[in-house]
Amino acid sequence: MVINLGNRLKGKSKNNLLIEAGIVVGIALVLILIVPLLVQGFRLNMLGRFLALAIAALAIDLIWGYTGLLSLGHGVFFALGGYAIAMHLQLAPLAPGTLPEFMNLYGVTELPFFWQPFASFGFSAIAVLVIPLLLGAALGYLVFRNRIRGVYFSILTQAATIVFFNFFNGQQKLFNGTNGLTNYKTILGASVSEPQTQFVFYTLTIVFLAATYALCRWLTSGRFGKLLVAIRDDESRVRFSGYNPTGFKVVVFGISAALAGLSGAMFTIQTGLISPRAMDIAFSIEMVIWVAVGGRASLVGAILGALVVNFGKSLLSEQFPDIWLFFQGALFLIVVTVLPDGLIGWLRTEGMNLLDKIFGGKHIATYPSLEEDPEVQRERETLNK
Amino acid sequence: MAEKILEINNLTVSFDGFKALNNLNFSMEPGELRVIIGPNGAGKTTFLDVITGKTKPTIGTVAFKGKDLRKFSEHQVALLGIGRKFQTPRIYLNLTTRENFEIACNRNKNIFSTLFAKIPSQEKQTIAGLLETVGLTAKADMKAALLSHGEKQRLEIGMLVAQSPDLLLVDEPVAGLTDEETENVGSLLLALAESHSIVVIEHDMEFVRQIAKQVTVLHEGTVLCEGNFEEVQNDPRVIEVYLGSQEEHE
Repeated sequence: MVINLGNRLKGKSKNNLLIEAGIVVGIALVLILIVPLLVQGFRLNMLGRFLALAIAALAIDLIWGYTGLLSLGHGVFFALGGYAIAMHLQLAPLAPGTLPEFMNLYGVTELPFFWQPFASFGFSAIAVLVIPLLLGAALGYLVFRNRIRGVYFSILTQAATIVFFNFFNGQQKLFNGTNGLTNYKTILGASVSEPQTQFVFYTLTIVFLAATYALCRWLTSGRFGKLLVAIRDDESRVRFSGYNPTGFKVVVFGISAALAGLSGAMFTIQTGLISPRAMDIAFSIEMVIWVAVGGRASLVGAILGALVVNFGKSLLSEQFPDIWLFFQGALFLIVVTVLPDGLIGWLRTEGMNLLDKIFGGKHIATYPSLEEDPEVQRERETLNK
Repeated sequence: MAEKILEINNLTVSFDGFKALNNLNFSMEPGELRVIIGPNGAGKTTFLDVITGKTKPTIGTVAFKGKDLRKFSEHQVALLGIGRKFQTPRIYLNLTTRENFEIACNRNKNIFSTLFAKIPSQEKQTIAGLLETVGLTAKADMKAALLSHGEKQRLEIGMLVAQSPDLLLVDEPVAGLTDEETENVGSLLLALAESHSIVVIEHDMEFVRQIAKQVTVLHEGTVLCEGNFEEVQNDPRVIEVYLGSQEEHE
């Protein structure tokens, strides 16, 4: 009987997985085919950018929500991804031997050696993922090997943002300093500012977001995902169970960094600008707020949080440009105090109860804990038979 | 005679000059169930810390099946075959009972097989058997956070067994349990003792009487005396440092 039950559960979970995949594809198709008919131009571009940010939210959720590593420095990886694609966009329209405009301005005579490979689109596209991945894995290895955890880890990631911010901000000749890289013209021969090209970027963002969702879903389910949760809840117990948590944390931090890089690249080509401001501490903290608002350890929550907070931000800052920051602070406070599990967490618990109450679905149990006790349920079942 | 499963020679551990363990000698035969008692601060937990690689010995050696444990870190010691249960139940509260077992049971604990390999059906059967053994079959798919304290204790002992270690180190398994649960845990340990070597650290004298064959008394970081329960109970030195003071409390 136990085995039968197991098989049935397996079949059920497979079905659920298919349904979930169907829903994801469905939403992606609606976003690609139908939404562009309803909103155009500026708003559609905004949606595309926010969907790119949702990839970064998934990256944060993977390490914070599931593995318990609160990174306050993911802006660095985001910006590195952005810079990687932006460097290609600077070089793409140039004739061989000529330099990007800002370099001429600062009197650079020769293209710096590390700029040269970015002339190739393939290299740049790989660099978007690989540079943050390597940096994240290397930093992660040094930090996790020495068992630096919790607040100390968060502080270290903050320090990293300051280092990178100052480096990119100070290097006018290499990265155009504060102004960042902007004024993109062509990519693979297509004009960047054309609506068709932007629509391709929008579509790609949705495809990447769906792929990222699938990747995170795969990582967080199964034994690997359970182990991440175990590391979050009790790392030393994991050690005494015979696992070395360092490797697992390095892998997941590296993947998260690569996803942040992807997010940065997609955001940059749709915004038309990457500057050191993406490495600002405030932006890295904002990413964490998206996830907190949507719901930690919920992938849907991370995406939802990124979209809700950013749309809220742009709507409110259009209306009340001066006080947007107060709203953001208030939002964070409300989430922390009233909705500790974010919007999704609330929907799963209170929201369901509320629906039941409104539509009078389920009966209300006198002793809810008794209803949930599997031993009591089993006794009931056998009694009824 | 077979090789000793655990052999500790002249072990001293000092923290900033304070000697938590002082010139301690201890050895155990394979298959033995040993109970360690001792008043607070006798160094019992430090003793387990040293064996499991959490703390390194200042002087002396700890050998498990003839291997010096000094150069191994916690997870390597665990892979060598030493499982440890903590004083308060340390389980993964946000995972279900079954998932807790799945993590402990995994044979290849490297990243890639954890990520890519499917759980073999043999392991699933082991887990089903373990759930039965610790009496948690009905609550297999319930979050571990919702288990009672006694159930958590049993789950953690089950997780140790899932690692299939040769030596189990169990730190105060019945602290805070009701008499009935204490009895349960006691018979569970006795059943496990048939196929494992076990070290139990305990305060509860009734419980020690239930399970103990050999008892070691620690006091101020060193072994005060060793023998069966009766001998230890009647040893005047033990009565002075440990049993006597406990009777006063009661």
